[in-house]
Parts: sequence; C-alpha cells; structure tokens
Amino acid sequence: MMKNICLAVALWAAATAAMASGGMHLLEAKPDIHDKASLQHGAKLFVNYCMSCHGLSYMRYNRMAQDLGLTDSEVADNLMFASDKVVNLMKVAMRSADAKKWFGSSPPDLSVIGRSRGANWLYSYLLTFYEDPAPTRPFGVNNVVFKDVAMPHALWSLQGHQRYVSEPVKGKVKAEHISSLATDPKGVLIRREVTLENGEVLNVTDRLVVDISGQLQPGAYRAAAHDLVNFLVYAGEPSKLQRDAMGIWVLLFIAILFVLTRLLYKEYWKDVH
Amino acid sequence: MSAQNQAGALQAMMNWIDDRFPLTKMWKEHLAEYYAPKNFNVWYYFGSLAILVLVLQLGTGIWLAMFYKPDAQEAFASVEYIMREVPLGWLIRYMHSTGASLFFIVIYLHMFRALLYGSYKGKRELLWLFGIVIYLALMAEAFFGYLLPWGQMSYWGAQVITSLFGAIPFGIGDTLQLVIRGDFVVSDATLNRFYSLHIVGVPLVLLGLVGAHILALHEVGSNNPDGIEIKQNKNAQGIPVDGIPFHPYYTVKDIMGAAAFLFIFALIVFYMPQVGGLFLEHDNFVPANVLKTPEHIKPVWYFTPYYAILRAIPHKLTGVIVFAWSVMILAFLPWIDTHPVKSIRYRSVLYKALVMTFALTFVVLGWLGMSPAEPELSELGLRLGELYFAFFFMLWVYSKDRSGSFYIGAFVFVFITLGFIDAIRYDESKGMLMLVSAVLPAIYFVYFLLAPVVSSLNQDRPVPERVTS
Repeated sequence: MMKNICLAVALWAAATAAMASGGMHLLEAKPDIHDKASLQHGAKLFVNYCMSCHGLSYMRYNRMAQDLGLTDSEVADNLMFASDKVVNLMKVAMRSADAKKWFGSSPPDLSVIGRSRGANWLYSYLLTFYEDPAPTRPFGVNNVVFKDVAMPHALWSLQGHQRYVSEPVKGKVKAEHISSLATDPKGVLIRREVTLENGEVLNVTDRLVVDISGQLQPGAYRAAAHDLVNFLVYAGEPSKLQRDAMGIWVLLFIAILFVLTRLLYKEYWKDVH
Repeated sequence: MSAQNQAGALQAMMNWIDDRFPLTKMWKEHLAEYYAPKNFNVWYYFGSLAILVLVLQLGTGIWLAMFYKPDAQEAFASVEYIMREVPLGWLIRYMHSTGASLFFIVIYLHMFRALLYGSYKGKRELLWLFGIVIYLALMAEAFFGYLLPWGQMSYWGAQVITSLFGAIPFGIGDTLQLVIRGDFVVSDATLNRFYSLHIVGVPLVLLGLVGAHILALHEVGSNNPDGIEIKQNKNAQGIPVDGIPFHPYYTVKDIMGAAAFLFIFALIVFYMPQVGGLFLEHDNFVPANVLKTPEHIKPVWYFTPYYAILRAIPHKLTGVIVFAWSVMILAFLPWIDTHPVKSIRYRSVLYKALVMTFALTFVVLGWLGMSPAEPELSELGLRLGELYFAFFFMLWVYSKDRSGSFYIGAFVFVFITLGFIDAIRYDESKGMLMLVSAVLPAIYFVYFLLAPVVSSLNQDRPVPERVTS
C-alpha cells in the first residue's frame, strides 16, 4: 500500500508540475476592500475612464455611496455622469447595438468581473498594454495577458505609451510561453520560457518600457491601477463588507453554543460505561 | 392551577392525542426506546448531520425561490439581485451553495463509514439500497440546481451532461436527450424544467426516501464500529446490554456534533464561500453564452471522480456505460462483500490496505476530474478507473477464505482482462505512456492477490463478544 501511495503521489506531483508550467504567474494586486480611500479613488477612475463603455448594471449609485463612506450628494456631484438619480443602477449610456458597431463586440458589464477574472488578472491586464502597429490592431495596442483584445488602452493618458522590448533569442524557436510577470521601477518584466528546436530551454526576460510618458510615473500608475482593481473587486461582491463584519459574531455565538452542548453531553453521558 | 393539575391536564391531552394518533408510540419507538449501541465514534455524526443539511437546504431554498427568476433572460441577474439587494440575500444564497457541497462531503463520509464498519451487512441490504437511491436523487438535485444561476459553467456543464444521454443507441438517446432538455440545446425550456424538478420533484422523492431509510434502520437496528449485533445480548427486560436509548443520549451528542459542524459551515459561508473556485466556480460569474464554449468545462467537485473515469475512456458510448456503472456498482455492495466479519477493525491487514487505497483512488480521481484533459492525466484517470472497479472485484475475492490457487487464478484472470482492455484501446502514440502507467495496476494486483498466497497478511482477527468501548 505504501508503494501505491508513493506512486500516486509521484504521479500527482509530476502532473501538477506539468500543469503549472502551462499557466502564467500574474502580478499580485493585493486588494483590500476595507480601504475606503482606495475604493473612492478607484470609483473615480472607473466613472471617468471605464464607464463610458462598461456598466456596473447590478450596482446602485447610492449603495456605492453608502459602502464607500460618501454622501448621496457627493456621489451625485462627482461620480454620476450617466444618470440623474442616485437610486439608479450604474448602467452605461451607450447602446449595445452602437457598441457592437464601433468595437466589434459590445463591452461586457463589469459588475462581477472581479469574481470571474480575479484581482491579479485585472491588475496585470491594466499594466500590460503596449503599442502594436500591426494593421490588424484597430487601436494600435495589444495586451500581454489578453492577446488581441478588442479594447483600446483606456488609461493611456495616465500611463503613457508602453513599448514591448523583447530579449533576442539565438536559434530556432520550437515553443514558447510566458512563465511570469513582474514589475520593477521602470515598468513591467515579462519572463518567457523558450524551447529551441535542438531541445535547449532558455529563460528570457522581455520588458514593457514607457516610450511617451503619461500624466503618472510608473509607480503612481501602478497605485492607480491597484485602486481601480480594488474598486472592481468590491463591486463584484459589495456584501463582502457585511459578511466580514457579521461572521465573527456568528462564529463566536456558535463557539459558545458548542461549549454549552458539550457540557450537556458530558452531564448526560456520565452514567454510560 | 397547581403544578399537579397542570401535569394532569397535560397527560389528559396526551391521552386524547394517543387515542387518535400514535404520538407516544412513535416517540418511544424511534427516540426514547430506540436502543443504539453505546460505542458510536465520530463517524456516526454524519447521519444526523445529513438531516441537518437537508433541512438547511430546504429552508434556504424556499427563501431563494421567493426571489429567483427561472428565465434565461433574468436568471443570472436575479441571482445578483439576491446577492446585493435582498436583505441578507447573500447569506441565504451562500448557505445554500455551501450547503450543497457540504451535503456531499457529509454523504461521502456517511457512505465511507458504512464501508468501514460493514453497515450494509446483516439484514441491512434494503437500508443500504434506500441510501444509494438517496445518493442518486441528491446527485440529480445538485445537477438540476447547478443550472439555475445560468452562468457559463452552469450552461455548458448541463450541455455536456445532457449530451451523454444522446450516446444511448437505437434512437432512444436522441429522444431522451430531447425530453430532458425540452429543446435541441440547453435553453430557457431546460431552465424551467430543471427548476421545477429542483424545487418540487426531487425534494419530494428525497424526503420520502429519507423517511424509508430511517424506518429501515430502526427496524434492523444500528450497526457500530465493532460490527457486533447488540440485539444478540439482551438483559432480563429484553433491552440490549450494550445499547442506550437514542434520546437523550444520542440527541445531546448529535446536538454537540451539529454545533461543531455549524462552526465549519459558518466559517465557509462568511469567510471563504467560493473555496478557491471549488464550491462556486469563477467561470460561473460570467453569464451563460450559447455562442462561446469555455476553454475548460468541468463539473463541480462532487461529480469529478466519476467525470474523470468518463473522460478517460476514448469511446463515447463505452465511457457513458462505464460512467453509469461506476455509480451503480455501489448498490451491489451488500451482495459483493458477504464476509461475515462486519467491521474493518477485525479484518486483515490487506483488507485495511484495500479500503484505504480505494479512498485514495476516489480522491485522486476527483482531482483528475477537475484538471485539464492532458494525455498523461487522462491515462492516469483510466488506470485509477481500473483500480476503482478493481476494489469491488477484490471485495468479492476477500469475501471468504480462498485457496492459494484461487488467488493465482484470479491474478491470471485480471492480467488477461486488463491486457485485453489495453489491446483494444492501443494507440501507438501513447504506447510508452500505457506501458509506464500499467505499473499502477501491476503493483496493486501483485500486492493484493499474490501477497495472501505467500504470507498471512490476509488473516482476519477474532471478533469480541461485546462492544469494546
């Protein structure tokens, strides 16, 4: 039996390693939905840069106001461009048919994007737009984690234009994939694993460097992207604020209940031998 | 009114009811004078916990049905409406989704307990069969319910599983598939019938079966970790000496178990309701899209062991048949394992290893069913599928004392059978992989079929007269 277990574990480990190499290690966003300042900044970025195309159609303005520690009038004056009532859903003003005509496909609603894609993916996505002059690219940009995405780089005025600088590889390439993403003060690092025709495996590091700078330095842009992602994570599940707060009391109640039921059990079972 | 008068009035009321309905009789038969063995261990909590989860699912389900809309246009949005705008809607929904997964954990442990202590033996065949039908009904219930959020994984999962029925030949499959879906593809019609079955049809069946399961249990009496029939050892009053009344002893004990369970339940509901994409899958937060097949379709974790077996078999109809039998074979357990010793405590070293290997096989198959269908994993799935069925064969082999030549004969039989399977599925591109993976069944059968010939590892231990603790 030990042999069987060892074999199964060995096969399992080999299989897991094989699988892991297929996926890309993304940048870490570290969202914190209890950071109200970050959420407010993220909300501001969202309504200014995203909401002309993407809605949050399951979210109401006044719910957002309440959760972000803002008053209804603050939201109405600063964050409400597409609607006239704070009780309205944060729907996009653009018609879906028009959107389809202009972009090829209508931009998805982002209400639960934080839950389907996850914070790390969104953060990596916002950081890895780069210039791609290929004639097939309608907006002249491409993205590392979402190749050939139909979306333009909506935050280009903040980030500036990034150029993809690849590390040259000598020899014929048989297969390659991106193993991980990382950041350094100058921009984003893209680590690629390249397998050559002769079987040699190389690890190369490509870079995204800012060619034409935007309004923000790379560090400040990363902070802005973090806040925007944080806001999307919050919008994906606003009730998380409630459950985080309520859960501890429920657990405490059940823990006390357990102690009492255990005492009751001990009392009754004294005479069972 | 004095206390005495009050007691008298209460007694009079009870008498009035008892003349018309067997309330006191039922109370005694099933609780106060139902004698259960005094040596239940931690495995024996899962029966009462299953009832607790069933009640939680019914309660939260009734509340969800007040707000949910079974309409392809509105279903996804109505779930988000529950999550955001219904007061405490998120709590009810997470309780329901967490309850579904925990229901399966509890049931799997409950079934494994029966395997450990031979709880399907000694006139308990019907009890076991009712349990298996409950398990099947529960799988149907979970499958129907999973379509309701109308996310990508809901939709494509239902599309894949309903298409399995289409593999049945002679024109039956196509008709059956059409009837189940109510359309040529999974659509609004499918959503409506699944909703009806999920909230009315299957729950009714489940409740009835649970009643039958408990009645059958109380007729025969509970087994215990020693596998000894306590009814064979009665005192002068006809009460089993190793038995204690279910109420109050096991009611207070099960309430304690329920509190411990609810703590884990609440921990998941409040702090990790998705369980990393296991209980609620990431792809299910994307609304169902008929035109866009997700990259990686997989069922929820509780179906993945069987799904891994289905996927490992390259021929669709064979796959579906084997898939169906991988569940159905459980029903035959009482007739496969007829060994007189019930509890694993008094079975041989090899038997213990056999059961543990089976548990490990099931868990690894579950993990495989969630992983992408790479050739290596698919091959491993097939080998583990062989070991899954091998367990039932080995149970039969071990069900009585066998001669050395019987074991050797069985080994030759297995060798030929597996060789035959490999010959018909032989594929040159996978030749090496098949050869390497064959090590797995080879070790398994050498150990379990040849070790008893040359050693005393398959020697059972004597069973005591009375329960031990």
